[in-house]
Amino acid sequence: MAVYMSASHSENAFNTHDFVPEWAHEEVSTGTTILAVEFDGGVVIGADSRTTTGSYIANRVTDKLTPIHDHIFCCRSGSAADTQAVADAVTYQLGFHSIELDEPPLVQTAANLFKQMCYRYREELMAGIIVAGWDKRRGGQVYTVPMGGMIVRQPVSVGGSGSSYIYGFMDSNYKPGMTKEECLHFCTQALALAMERDGSSGGVARLAAITEEGLERLVVLGNQLPKFSNA
Amino acid sequence: MERHFMDSQTKGVSTGTTILAVTFNGGVIIGSDSRASIGGYYVSSKTINKLIQVHDRIFCCIAGSLADAQAVTKAAKFQISFHSIQMESPPLVKAAASVLKELCYNNKEELQAGFITAGWDRKKGPQVYTVALGGMLLSQPFTIGGSGSTYIYGYADAKYKPDMSKEECLQFATNALALAMGRDNVSGGVAHLVVITEEGVEHIVIPGDKLPKFHDE
Repeated sequence: MAVYMSASHSENAFNTHDFVPEWAHEEVSTGTTILAVEFDGGVVIGADSRTTTGSYIANRVTDKLTPIHDHIFCCRSGSAADTQAVADAVTYQLGFHSIELDEPPLVQTAANLFKQMCYRYREELMAGIIVAGWDKRRGGQVYTVPMGGMIVRQPVSVGGSGSSYIYGFMDSNYKPGMTKEECLHFCTQALALAMERDGSSGGVARLAAITEEGLERLVVLGNQLPKFSNA
Repeated sequence: MERHFMDSQTKGVSTGTTILAVTFNGGVIIGSDSRASIGGYYVSSKTINKLIQVHDRIFCCIAGSLADAQAVTKAAKFQISFHSIQMESPPLVKAAASVLKELCYNNKEELQAGFITAGWDRKKGPQVYTVALGGMLLSQPFTIGGSGSTYIYGYADAKYKPDMSKEECLQFATNALALAMGRDNVSGGVAHLVVITEEGVEHIVIPGDKLPKFHDE
């Protein structure tokens, strides 16, 4: 049966790496839960804080909400190296573009820069990214650029390994026309639910609200997260 | 739900269905979708009933290979009714779940089927038991299973409350099934629900167009 086949396969692997622990030859991954919600006047974004190499938690207080420009952020999921590299490249390109334009850049521009890179290098990359922010032309926007390099704008988007568990919660609890506080509450709950079920998500919940005024960052510590346990 | 020939190479592969069972104040509701598919490419049945009655007040729903599940439940039905006749009383839900567990555990190499057993008995009232793929038996206040269940873990964790009324529980189960069927391509069709109480058994069928709709539909 499959179980015995995989056990003998890993025995062979172990013989060639006798004294090296599993996490030393596993890629660093942000197996994760990320999400973003539009509201009238801005966006709320959120992420967990766990980075793993195999089963070792390399960083339990990661910040997966990366600024790309003053009012534009991205949420990173997938390979930590790939997403950091792509985000750095896009930050540079967008900064240059904004100086040329002499104006703050559009969220759609940032999202399309991500898409171009993720699509061109789709075979090499493992990156699922949600781009969210505020601009003067269209207000709060959320664009999702999943693995493969497609782009689509959505009022609410979830991503990462933990996202599977909260599709039902998102579908039933999201309502168009929520206020910033309602969005923050919705994101906190969704993150807490996903972190409880997904082994690759955990730690603290990081949230940020982006509006015309600027940026507001929040951290909800593990023991302050809403509890849904029925034990 | 019929096993695609590639699936046999990976044990514990998720299966094309959404099933759940929830206890409420005075009874239990067991529910499922009605789609059977071959490898996610072809829907072989739109209206299959995955809720199988193994005794008067005990039902089970199946996840996994349809062939395996039918064989196991047929054997379990026989063993449970024989046991009930010997004991001269209706069987305990735990007994029915244990019968399924024994069959699953002793034949774990050949079988690919998991079960949720739910029912009512005089000793402990309404109960829900999960029998997982390898033969583990676990009692829970509510449980979800099948490939579609991944998408509703968050919803179920957030919305379940102990000691709900029958109406609240029906709403919870219907919403959960609708949400899962909306996201999982191998779950769909109609929603089958069975309400089991001391008084009796009530079978409810909700066709696809009468299922609750959510914000983006």
